[in-house]
Amino acid sequence: MNKLSLFSLLMLVVRRDLVLAMRRRADVLTTLIFFVMVVSLFPLGVGPEMDMLRKMAPGVLWVAALLASMLSLGRLFSADYLDGTLEQMLLAPQSLSVLVLGKMAAHWMVSGLPLVLMTPVLGLQFDMSIQAIAVLILGLLLGTPILSMVGAIGAALTLGLRGGGVLLSLLVLPLCIPVLIFGTGAVEAVTSGLSASSHLSLMGALLVLALAFTPWVTAQALRISME
Amino acid sequence: MLEVSNLACSRGDHRLFSDLSFALYPGQIMQIQGANGSGKTSLLRTLCGFIIPDDGKITWRGEDVRELDEAYFAEMMYLGHLNAIKDELSALENLCISAGLSGTELNEKDAVAALRRMGLKGRERLPTKVLSQGQRRRVSLARLLVSDAKLWILDEPLAALDVGAVALIQELIAEHLAEHGMVMFTTHQPLQVAGMEMRCLSLS
Repeated sequence: MNKLSLFSLLMLVVRRDLVLAMRRRADVLTTLIFFVMVVSLFPLGVGPEMDMLRKMAPGVLWVAALLASMLSLGRLFSADYLDGTLEQMLLAPQSLSVLVLGKMAAHWMVSGLPLVLMTPVLGLQFDMSIQAIAVLILGLLLGTPILSMVGAIGAALTLGLRGGGVLLSLLVLPLCIPVLIFGTGAVEAVTSGLSASSHLSLMGALLVLALAFTPWVTAQALRISME
Repeated sequence: MLEVSNLACSRGDHRLFSDLSFALYPGQIMQIQGANGSGKTSLLRTLCGFIIPDDGKITWRGEDVRELDEAYFAEMMYLGHLNAIKDELSALENLCISAGLSGTELNEKDAVAALRRMGLKGRERLPTKVLSQGQRRRVSLARLLVSDAKLWILDEPLAALDVGAVALIQELIAEHLAEHGMVMFTTHQPLQVAGMEMRCLSLS
C-alpha cells in the first residue's frame, strides 16, 4: 500500500466533498437561489430609479454574497461531525490543517464560485458598466474564498451547539467587514474614474493571510469542539 | 507498548476513573468492561487523544502520545460508535476515502476484495443509504482489513452484527494478534478469540 502525499490527500478531500455536494444538489442550489432572490428584491423594494440602483449595486451584491455564504457555513463540518467522519479526520496521520484546507476549497467551489459566476447577470440587472462588473467579479473572486476560510473557523467553534447557526453569523459577520469594505470600495473607485488596484491588492493580501492562518486555527478549533 | 499510567478522566464534574494503569504489548488483546456510564468510551477516546486526561500519561513505544501526535495516529485505528460512512457514497467509495484519510492509497481491487470478505458481495457500488444497519457496520469494519495499523481501538465493534459477522470479526482479531498487533475493545456481547488470553479491565 502506498503512502499518500499531502497534495493527493488535499485532492482526495476536495474530490470527496465535491462528489457529496453533487449528490445533494439541493444544498448548493439553495445558496445560489438565496443570493439571486435577495439581490433581485432590492429593485422591487427601492423602486426603479436607475441612478440609485447603479450606485447601490456593489453594496447589495456584496452583502447578499456575505449572507449567502453564511447560509452554507453551518453544513461545512456538521455532516462529518454527525456521522463520525470528523473523528477519523482528526486521527489522520497527516496534517489536519491540510484536510481542513481541502474542505474550505471544496466549500468555496460549491458555495462561493457559483455566486461569482452569477454576478455578471445580476450586475446587468442593476445597469452596472462592464468595467464595474469586471472589478466586482475580481473582488468577489478574491473575497469569497476569504469568507469561506474565516467562516470555517466559526463553523468549527460552533460545532455541535444548538442554535449554532445564529451564533455562527454573529461570530463571523463582523470579521468579514474588511472584505466588504474593500470589495465595494474597489467598484466605487472604478466608477468614479480611479484605479481599483489598491483595494484589490489589499484584498489579495487578506486572502494570503487567510490562506496562511485559517486552516491551522480551524484545525485547533475542531480539536476543541471534539472534546 | 501502549502504556498508561495513573490516568484520570472526568466528564463535567463527575470523576469517571482515576489512577488507572496498564500496559498492552504486541499480540495482546484487552477488553474493557463496565456498566453503562462507567467510562469505557471515554477511556478509548482518551487513548485516541480526543479527550485530554485530567492526570496521568499515555505512552506509545516509550514516548508521550501528545508529543508523538501524527506518528501515533499512523499506527492506530479507531472505530467508534459512529460508522463514519457517508450515505450518498457507495461502499467502495467510502472505503477508499477512509483509507485515504488514514494515509494509504487503496486500489479498487483490494477494496472490492475487502468488501467481499466482509460479506458485501454485489453491494460494493450501491449507495450505503440503501444498506441495512448491519451492512453499514460491515462497510465500516472493512477498514480493519485494509489498514496496517498496529493498535486497534474498537468501541462496540459487534453492535448490529449477525452471528456470521461476529465470527468474522473474531477471525480478523485473531489474525491481527498473530501479526503482533494489539487490540483494545469494549463489547456487551461475548467475544472469543481462539488461542489468545483475553485480559480484562474493569471500570467501576
